Amino acid sequence: MSPTTLIARRELGTYLRSMTGYVIAAILLLVDGLLFNIFAIGGDDKLSAVVLAQFFFYTSGLTMIASVFISMRLVAEERQTGTLVLLTSSPVTDGQIIVGKFLSGFVFLALVLALSVFMPLLILVNGKISVGHLAAGYLGLLLLGASATAIGTLGSALARTQVLAAIFSGCMVTAMVLCWMLVQVTERPFKDVFANLAIHGKHFIPFQQGAIHLRDVVYYLMVTLVALFAAIRVMEARRWR
Amino acid sequence: MIQVNGLTKYYGEHAAIRDLTFAIDKGEVIGFLGLNGAGKSTTLKILGCVLLPTAGSVTVDGIDIARDPHEVRRRIGFLPDHPPLYTEMTVGRYLAFVARLRGVPAAETSARVTEAETKTSIRDMDDELISSLSHGFRQRVGVAQALVHRPKLVIMDEPTSGLDPLQTVEMRKTIRALQGEHTILLSSHILSEISQTCDRLLIIRDGEIIDQGSEEDLARRLGGGGGIAIEVDVAGGPDSALAILTQLPGVARAVAIKQAAGVTSLRVESKADLRAQIARALVMGGIDLVRIDRSTGRLENIFLQLTQGKDLPQ
Repeated sequence: MSPTTLIARRELGTYLRSMTGYVIAAILLLVDGLLFNIFAIGGDDKLSAVVLAQFFFYTSGLTMIASVFISMRLVAEERQTGTLVLLTSSPVTDGQIIVGKFLSGFVFLALVLALSVFMPLLILVNGKISVGHLAAGYLGLLLLGASATAIGTLGSALARTQVLAAIFSGCMVTAMVLCWMLVQVTERPFKDVFANLAIHGKHFIPFQQGAIHLRDVVYYLMVTLVALFAAIRVMEARRWR
Repeated sequence: MIQVNGLTKYYGEHAAIRDLTFAIDKGEVIGFLGLNGAGKSTTLKILGCVLLPTAGSVTVDGIDIARDPHEVRRRIGFLPDHPPLYTEMTVGRYLAFVARLRGVPAAETSARVTEAETKTSIRDMDDELISSLSHGFRQRVGVAQALVHRPKLVIMDEPTSGLDPLQTVEMRKTIRALQGEHTILLSSHILSEISQTCDRLLIIRDGEIIDQGSEEDLARRLGGGGGIAIEVDVAGGPDSALAILTQLPGVARAVAIKQAAGVTSLRVESKADLRAQIARALVMGGIDLVRIDRSTGRLENIFLQLTQGKDLPQ
């Protein structure tokens, strides 16, 4: 078993053994369920595809918030408790440490998202949904979640405490969400720059509506890679400080 | 085993260590002695490949830590000042995780965990959650994680920190038992621990090594660095005993310290260890010798002279 897998498996075990993991999962599912019942299913009659799109819209917001809270502990907690030295004094690269930790957070998020699948299935009681739309939506949620978790891992590598990590990551994710709002008030070429940077508006909407565009998949993969690369550089830089 | 040349580490503008140069032979138990903030932990973290130096070189088994830190880390077991423990894990699972992380094959992991637990006397704790262990046992688990991959070099930063006297004695025994099988480098500001556990001392002050050698070497170089404490049962005051002592060759000074319940306490200062000669002279002079020992202030005196340039108050 590679060091990355070892670290990821241990970290995932920590989520599954600790209250924090279950509390985050319970809150995400509870709030998602409430929003789904009140806004997606509730109100006037809608097409099943519209209800499903609304479900993905609400779930995407909660996914970003959950990612920040899931990832805040990844490095910062180890730095706080002094256990990070166990990893940094072992024959493991900083890249293996960061990727292992990111994978644990991402897999945990994926498990929580898998538990939300009963909501779209409820639409089947009174309507019809396409498997393609469902798959596209969940692929979008996973890609968005991976990006937000990677940004959270970067925040956690930068911060000394978990609270600071959540604040750093929250600010970074919020800034990338707000880029979409700046699109409305700026002119080209800034309009295009902000639109392409927006983590939610431009890139998630197609998934929400059941469409998969290669450019959106590449965008989320790039955000994930850049954030993880930055986190690795932060870890390496700390060895010099 | 370890060769350190010109090792320097800056934190911003502040030099934590400057131009450290020393060598450690295979199988030695070395004590790194210095006041808080002297640069001990920084040096150990660099040797443990946790931090990178600003300048200088370190080779372990001929391998440069800057060029091939992975290979060096395989040869090192590192116990920082706070044991790095995942308290939600059981002792056995934690040690197995560390063993795998440090490259122990899956088939050998169980045997290595058992071996490390046996060496540190925590075999019975295998299924215990680390969070439920006392401070002393957590420290032992910390030592066990440093040994589980059979490293050639074991680095321990303040291994007896926070232990009660009984636990300290047990920890000393554990460290002593590792001698021969591993080269050991430990830091402490608990002088008696260094004195009783190590073959050689490296004294560090303000980030620089200011002296090194065995306790005897240091005491000899520093003109005794203490003295010999004597208790005699002599009627009519200490004068007769002092007369005998001051006539002995090599005695620089002999003074009476106190007299209580018929026992007179004396202190002799000399460059060499004259305990045998003193005992013989006193007995032949008809004085009942109750106790003779090296002064307890000996190592403290060496430490204070080297680290602060002052003598221990008498």
